[in-house]
Formats: sequence, C-alpha cells, structure tokens
Amino acid sequence: MSAELAEPASKIELPAGVGGGGEIPTFDITLRVRRYNPEVSEEARWDDFKLTMYGTDRVLDALHKIKWEVDGSVSFRRSCAHGVCGSDAMRINGRNRLACKTLLKDLDTSKPITVEPIKGLPVEKDLIVDMEPFFQSFREVMPFLINKGHEPTKERLQSAEDRERFDDTTKCILCAACTSSCPVFWTDGQYFGPAAIVNAHRFIFDSRDDAGDMRLEILNDKEGVWRCRTTFNCSEACPRGIQVTQAIAEVKQAILSRKI
Amino acid sequence: MQVHKYDVVIVGAGGAGMRAAIESGQRARTAVLTKLYPTRSHTGAAQGGMCAALANVEEDNWEWHTFDTIKGGDYLVDQDAAEVMAKEAIDAVLDLEKMGLPFNRTPEGRIDQRRFGGHTRDHGKAPVRRACYAADRTGHMILQTLYQNCVKHNVEFYNEYYVLDLLTVEEDAVREDGTAYKQKRVAGVVSYDLASGELHVFQAKSVVFASGGAGKVFKTTSNAHTLTGDGMGIAFRRGIPLEDMEFFQFHPTGLAGLGILLSEAARGEGAILRNSEGERFMERYAPTIKDLAPRDIVARSMANEVREGRGCGPNKDYVLLDLTHLEPAHIDAKLPDITEFARTYLGVEPYTEPVPVFPTAHYAMGGIPTNINTEVLQDNDTVVPGLYAAGEVACVSVHGSNRLGTNSLLDINVFGKRAGIAAAEYAKTAGFVELPEDPEAYTLELLDIARKGTGDEKVAVIRKELQDTMDANMQVFRTAETLNQVLKDIASFEERYKRINVQDKGKRFNLDLLEAVELGFLLELAKVMTVAALHREESRGGHFREDFPDRDDEKFMKHSMAYKDEHAPADGSAESIAGIRLATKPVVFTRYEPMVRKY
Repeated sequence: MSAELAEPASKIELPAGVGGGGEIPTFDITLRVRRYNPEVSEEARWDDFKLTMYGTDRVLDALHKIKWEVDGSVSFRRSCAHGVCGSDAMRINGRNRLACKTLLKDLDTSKPITVEPIKGLPVEKDLIVDMEPFFQSFREVMPFLINKGHEPTKERLQSAEDRERFDDTTKCILCAACTSSCPVFWTDGQYFGPAAIVNAHRFIFDSRDDAGDMRLEILNDKEGVWRCRTTFNCSEACPRGIQVTQAIAEVKQAILSRKI
Repeated sequence: MQVHKYDVVIVGAGGAGMRAAIESGQRARTAVLTKLYPTRSHTGAAQGGMCAALANVEEDNWEWHTFDTIKGGDYLVDQDAAEVMAKEAIDAVLDLEKMGLPFNRTPEGRIDQRRFGGHTRDHGKAPVRRACYAADRTGHMILQTLYQNCVKHNVEFYNEYYVLDLLTVEEDAVREDGTAYKQKRVAGVVSYDLASGELHVFQAKSVVFASGGAGKVFKTTSNAHTLTGDGMGIAFRRGIPLEDMEFFQFHPTGLAGLGILLSEAARGEGAILRNSEGERFMERYAPTIKDLAPRDIVARSMANEVREGRGCGPNKDYVLLDLTHLEPAHIDAKLPDITEFARTYLGVEPYTEPVPVFPTAHYAMGGIPTNINTEVLQDNDTVVPGLYAAGEVACVSVHGSNRLGTNSLLDINVFGKRAGIAAAEYAKTAGFVELPEDPEAYTLELLDIARKGTGDEKVAVIRKELQDTMDANMQVFRTAETLNQVLKDIASFEERYKRINVQDKGKRFNLDLLEAVELGFLLELAKVMTVAALHREESRGGHFREDFPDRDDEKFMKHSMAYKDEHAPADGSAESIAGIRLATKPVVFTRYEPMVRKY
C-alpha cells in the first residue's frame, strides 16, 4: 500500500543513458491500403504508398501521413491514438490490430505492409466498416448490471476477490478486433461473436449481478457460445490482452454447471 | 435535408452527455447526437480516479474537498459551484457503483480510495486518500458503465452525426431595470451525417452541449484527434460568450515527445519526478506535498528544470517519472495501463527504468458559461432558456484557473446529471421554438467553403503550423511578445484557410471535409484563448505570464468573457482585438477568502 511506503530518496545516481536517446532512425516503408468507395466504383483495389517514417511511428502515423500529405480521400476511423478508444481496429498484415498500437518497426518493413478493413462486417469506405451489427450483438446480451435487491444507501459491498473474478473482461473497448477475427463470425453473421460473450461474462461473473441465468440462456442459443470452435484468433487479436477464449470457455462451463 | 423533432437533444456522448442522457431519456423524448460512437469518447482515456469525500479509508469531508478545489483553482473558482460539486460527489460515485461500475475495493469490500494531486486533509495539512478508482482505467469504466446504462434505458443515439450549428432566435426583451436587450432562445441544431453526407435538422425544446474539449489547438496533447472544440466554436459563432479560455491545463506527465497521458495516480501511488541530476526536484517547489502539488505547479516546475539545463536525454528536454522503488506487483495492480504505454510507445520498462515525461496539453478550464443548474448564459447573468452545457465544453466554473486531478470525471457526472434533469424538466413545460427560415443555410455555406475550395492550401499544413505556434508561444510560459506572435500567426492562417482545398469531393464518410471544418473551430478557439491570455496581465493557476509573474487580485480576480463581435474595433485596446470583444464577470465567493497559494 502506498500509504505505508517509505519516502523515496531526495537524490539518486542515475545510470548513464537513462531514458534512452540518441538519433531516432528513419526508414522507408510501403503501405498497401485496401481502397473501396462505392460512390466511385463497386470494385475494391489496392493502393501502394511509399513513405519515410520514424522509429517510434505507428501504422496510424503512416495512415495520417498519407491522408494529410498524399491522398486526403483515404478514409479510416481513429480518435484517442493510444489504444483506449477502439476506433482503429484493422487488419494489418493479415492480423487484427489497432493501428495506433502497432509500431511500424515491429513489422517486416522489407515487404509492403498491408492494411485492410476488419472482416465480417459490411465495408462502407476504405477501412471503415458498418459497426451496427457488432453493437447489436453487444446489446442483446443485456450488457448492464441487473440487481433485484433493495438499493443500499451506500455502495454495495464486494470483496477484492469477487472484484478480481471478472477484472479481465472489464477491459474490453468494443473495438471488434476479436469478433472480426473469428472464422465462425465470418461465415455466420448470426453468431454473437466473442466481444458480446466477453461483455456477458463481465456481468455473469460479477457478484453484484442477479441476471446471470438470463444471459446464460441467451448464450445457450444456437447462435451462442456453442458456435465457438476454440481457434484462439480472438485472444490473439485482443489489443487489451483479454483472455477471450478462456472467457468463452468459462461461460460454456457456467451453462453446463447451471444445467440450463 | 431531413427534420427530426425531440424534446431534448444532447450533443456529445462522452461522460457528461451519457450521464445527461440517462436522466433525460427517462423523463422526456431524447436524442443523443455524437460525432463518434459513444464508447470512443475521450472520457475513456481518463485514468486515475474520481474524488469524493466518502471517507472510506481515512477521515475526510466534502468541505475539505470544496476548499481544495477552490485553492487548486487559485481562487478563480465560483465557490457555490465548487460546493455543489464536492457535496454531490458522494452520490455521484454511489450512483456509478449502483449502475455497476467495478471500483477497486478495500479489504472490507468498500470502494477503495487513493491520493491525488492537490487533494488534502484539513485545508492543506497533508495528502488525503479521496480518489475512487478502478486501476488506472477509471475513465474507461465510467464511459463503459454509462454506455451500458444508456443501452439499458434504450437511449436513442445518432452515431457519427456531427453537429455543426446551433439554431437560435432572438426576441426583444426588457430587463428589470428597464433596459432593452435581445433574448436568445433555442430552436434546435443542425448536424451532418458522416455516413451519407446529408444534413439533418433536429428541432428541440432543450439542447445540451456535452461535446468535450479543444486540446488539438496544441501539438503536444493528451487529447484525442477528434477533440477540436466544436461545441465551444458553434456556441461562440452564435453569439454565446466563452469564459476563462486563457486557462488551459498542461498535465505534467505526458510521455516525452508523444504527449500520451501517464496518470497522476502514478505519483498518488508513490512515483516521483527526477531531473538529470537524479534530484527529487519538487521538494524545492512544493515542500509540503511535493510531487502531489496541483498540476499547474508541477508542470511549471518541470519546464523550469528543463530551462535551467537539468533536463534529461540527448536534447535535455524532458524529466523522469521514477517508479523503480515501487513493487512490480503493486504497479501491476494499480497502474497496469500506463506502464504498458511506456513499454509500447517508448520501449521503457517502468519496473527498472524511469520514464521520460514532459507536460502535455490536457484540459480546457474555460468554456461555455453556465450557472450551477447548467443553464447557458448569454451574458453575465441572462440565461438562454432551453440551452444547457456540461463537462469540459462548459465553464460552470468549478475549475477556476487550474483543475485538480479527478475533478473532471466528477464534473461530468455531477453536472451531466444536473443537465439531463434540467433539460428534461424544461422540455415538459416549454413549447418548441419555431425553426428559423432555411435552418441549414449557414451550415451549407460552412461546408461549401471547405468543399468547393480550389486553392492551394492544405488543412493538415495549416493545422500543424497552428499547433506549432501554440506549443511554442501559448504553453506553460507566456509573455506579451509570444502571445502577439500567436495572434499574428493566426491572422495569416485565417487568410490561408480561405484558400484550402479538400481533396475528397465525395459525400460518403468524407473525413477530409470534417477535418477542414474542425480546423475552422481550432483557429477560432486558439484565437480566443490567446486574446484572453494577452488581456490577463497576471499569473494565476494554469496561466503564467513571465512579464507579470504575480497574481493580481485587485485587477484580475474576475472571469474573462469573450464575445464574437465583428464590429469590435481592432484598435489595439485591451478590450477588443480583431473581431473579439472582451468583458469580465465577477467570481462567486461564499466562505473562502483568497490566500497566497502555497503547498
């Protein structure tokens, strides 16, 4: 606990070169962007952009460089630019990631870096997809606390252990990287998908919630958890490090143990 | 063009907008118009906590919280508003818990609390544990919890509807003292549907602005790309004044060179700042509470260390946030996200290496003036019936000249709730105001300037130059000379803005056009901020004038009010600078006399 910490030293010896430093190297990349604009053509195409980038730049910086300096019509969503708002999930070199959290230097820059919209949702323009089906699935699992008891005057009590039980699934930012990486979701548009199950998990395992059985019933549906084929794509895709496949497994377990 | 009709229209779906929607949606027919999907809002980036004197872990009370807020704001806070906020903070936290927010817990199962800058026991005696939190994701949890409850209450969202105009009418009216004036009334808003490029007019009895801040006027900022001050700009263009715009908060600990926020919670949990000599330099500037001094003081101290040659790195242009004396398990439990940011974006391991940090533009203390009921003011005391504002877009004013950490998450909850209730209650008794003729005409013109431009100027280039001059001249240290430089630069940007050329000519998701419109707001607001900063010849809170280094209560213990006024003579007088007229508004005092601000 911080309250019991001893006062840190007023002065310490810093090791040489602390904080890193030196010249930031630049390097050249080719960004190969999937383009689609039905106002112009029903055909999608690839556009290549050659760019000089810096050591700390991310894929989002490269997309901005294109939009701001080369071609203003290249379209993508973004907002916070540091991995918390979930706007810029896209398929980068065939894997779902957030563009603002993917450093260019961590990719193979000897080949073109491909950037495509996430799969399984209708493409609107370039990297922008229609998120409505995704949010529809989210809404269907009743993603809110339901408590049937009397409202206490102060807060409800919850032990630190009970709080920890669902901590992992509270981290979800609804970016859709998991759901749109799922092969079952690609072929079956009705499947709830990992993100909705993650958000159901967040309440099913919250000791304050009384509607777990209702949510388990929803997810016991033919388009529910049993469609999951445990390919682990979702866990790999999650930019927040949520153990998505494990959360789905826990929901399956809960359905079985409650014999719904 | 389509016309919609709602009792209440809320502009923005961050914390304040959704907190308002939860209240309003249960009382009146409500629509929420938002430029982004609700969960993308920047409330989600807030990290450290939300203060309320729950006294769950040590003695505390809301009066101490009120005092800290007022002193933290260097006495420019309206004290009635600070009292409301500190008092209602307790219910605001309990409301969120009941809605499902997963707060960290004490061993007894209560909501846990931790220290934060400027929050103290008994009027400054020592830091107090007042911030309720969920690891370093408190804003994320608030945003998700509010969105979940909006889903629960079937709140109607219009996602990616970018509001571009406020529709008002003016009526002749007479004050109690017999003087005539023009009374504004709200008729609705005009919005641009990003997906289709179509305009939609929303007629409404009440309009709530909750559209957030304007951090993108600066280059180094913790703010999202989308925080371009649209709400403030729209109101200002429609004759609503902007209050205290010179006060912008620079958060001490942005990742050096990037501006990404590292929560003050790090220092609340025991992290300390060091210079290139390894010194804990805050001992010099705030001997009592050191690293937990308010943000303006810490940011200025850091900038001063760098100026005096004690910065770190090859260019000696940052200082270090040292967590290496903390247990890794403690860091993982309390600060997981920010340590990951340091690893991901700078390649620094916070367990063993101090993290390079420098102040980053963070929060607008000023905004659309409101009273404590969130009603928008068209001058010092005339309310615009049906118009409300809450959150960063508003200035109520609970933050004065410097906001304390955690008080923004509190602000959005307390005043968001108040706005939602007030807007719905007003709509129950009021009728619709008739829409003006051609309600979309102004917006069409605005879009056409950008859309049909054939000049040779690029939006991104002008924006970058604006952000560069703001960082160089309007940041932690200011002088008349630097501020005049900004105004000179902005005058040339405004000329160049008339010659912009938007490459994307389509209607569908034309984000190129959106950025052009946003730049218009940024230019307008940067100018207001700078004019107000030039006019305030004193140093107070987040506004530090090297040519006037002391607080001057005699002349400047008052809010500034900036009005758009095309007729304001550009005669170089302090009160009017090219299209902006400046006035003042008294500060509300209840029980706290201004004192020298020492920590």
